[in-house]
Amino acid sequence: MASAAKKLLMDPFSDNNPITIQVLGICSALAVTVKVDTAIVMTLALTSVLTLSNVVISSLRNIIPSGIRMIVEMAVIASLVIIADQLLRAFLFDISKQLSVFVGLIITNCIVMGRAEAFALQNPPKDSLLDGLGNGIGYGIILIAVAAIRELVGFGALLNKQILPDSYMGNGLVLLAPGAFIILGLLIWGQRTISKYVED
Amino acid sequence: MEYLNLAIKAIFVENILLAYFLGMCSFLACSKKVDTAIGLGFAVIFVLTITLPVNWAIHHFLLREGALHWVPGADLSKLDLSFLNFICFIATIASMVQLVEMILDKFFPALYHALGIFLPLITVNCAILGGSLFMVEREYGALESTVYGFSSGIGWLLAIASMAAIRKKLRYSHLPDGLKGLGITMIMTGLMAMAFMCFAGINL
Repeated sequence: MASAAKKLLMDPFSDNNPITIQVLGICSALAVTVKVDTAIVMTLALTSVLTLSNVVISSLRNIIPSGIRMIVEMAVIASLVIIADQLLRAFLFDISKQLSVFVGLIITNCIVMGRAEAFALQNPPKDSLLDGLGNGIGYGIILIAVAAIRELVGFGALLNKQILPDSYMGNGLVLLAPGAFIILGLLIWGQRTISKYVED
Repeated sequence: MEYLNLAIKAIFVENILLAYFLGMCSFLACSKKVDTAIGLGFAVIFVLTITLPVNWAIHHFLLREGALHWVPGADLSKLDLSFLNFICFIATIASMVQLVEMILDKFFPALYHALGIFLPLITVNCAILGGSLFMVEREYGALESTVYGFSSGIGWLLAIASMAAIRKKLRYSHLPDGLKGLGITMIMTGLMAMAFMCFAGINL
């Protein structure tokens, strides 16, 4: 793979991670991470919406009038989210119930909007595809890491399979909202120390 | 009384930001200064209070299953358009924000300039869309959804204003490099969420 394309795809995994560095899409990163399986489904949904919306918007980039570009982006994203939501309801009904409103909230997820504005509007569809894929996976890495910690400490399980011995008492705090905030805060700390990123 | 209960619940117990994580992006981006935080908080209250009843009406009279039974000529009593919820809600929110912007510009120019760039940004604040989606999921009535919208807005304002105050203090503390900014803000939000959890169980 050419190095430019590789950089587009791999950069968002760590050095330019959408959650820890660009600070986009935090809401869903916290809300759907009680269990690993919901986190994986959410990652798949977001990655497909993000990749497709990047491709669609970048192929339309020369004919979208700049005055109404926000509305056009919104319409593209909202239609893709409706498709994703209907597919989840049809094939993964239980998980779609657990995700509740957060599938719909992909519309206002700042990653999708942010990448459309910052990347897809200036770049050809092929690069936008890689950028969307990379950012989706970068988002997924953090999401699944938070979910794995929460499920392991909270239930002693991973992917609904008991891993720690039965005598392990689940820690309820990490399953509640404050646990999510603190775990993500610590992960951000770790990730930024590794990639030597300092916010001023 | 029942409405007061709903309001207390939406402000403290199930705070839209601290319990449901909605509106985090603008919460993190705009909580650096207290006055912008408060301005944005008021704009969110305003938009939430207006969009929720409007979206309720759209859902109730046009989109929910059997809502179109009054259309003459065709049997539409089984038609379910609720899959169009997302796109209709976001369109309502975008146009309401635009409307609010124009009204403020015309009649309250001082407030309009104070809010500045934050007003258009509210369209993509997930707290607004989240409020509408929760309203559908929990099957609130017209008045209930107005009360819910208003009090979730207040809860959001409370959270962002106190966070802005805390971050002002944080600026003078010594932190490890990686923890500066986002990291410590997340941890502080966690502690705040824990504090808000002690309101759980309040029932009037």
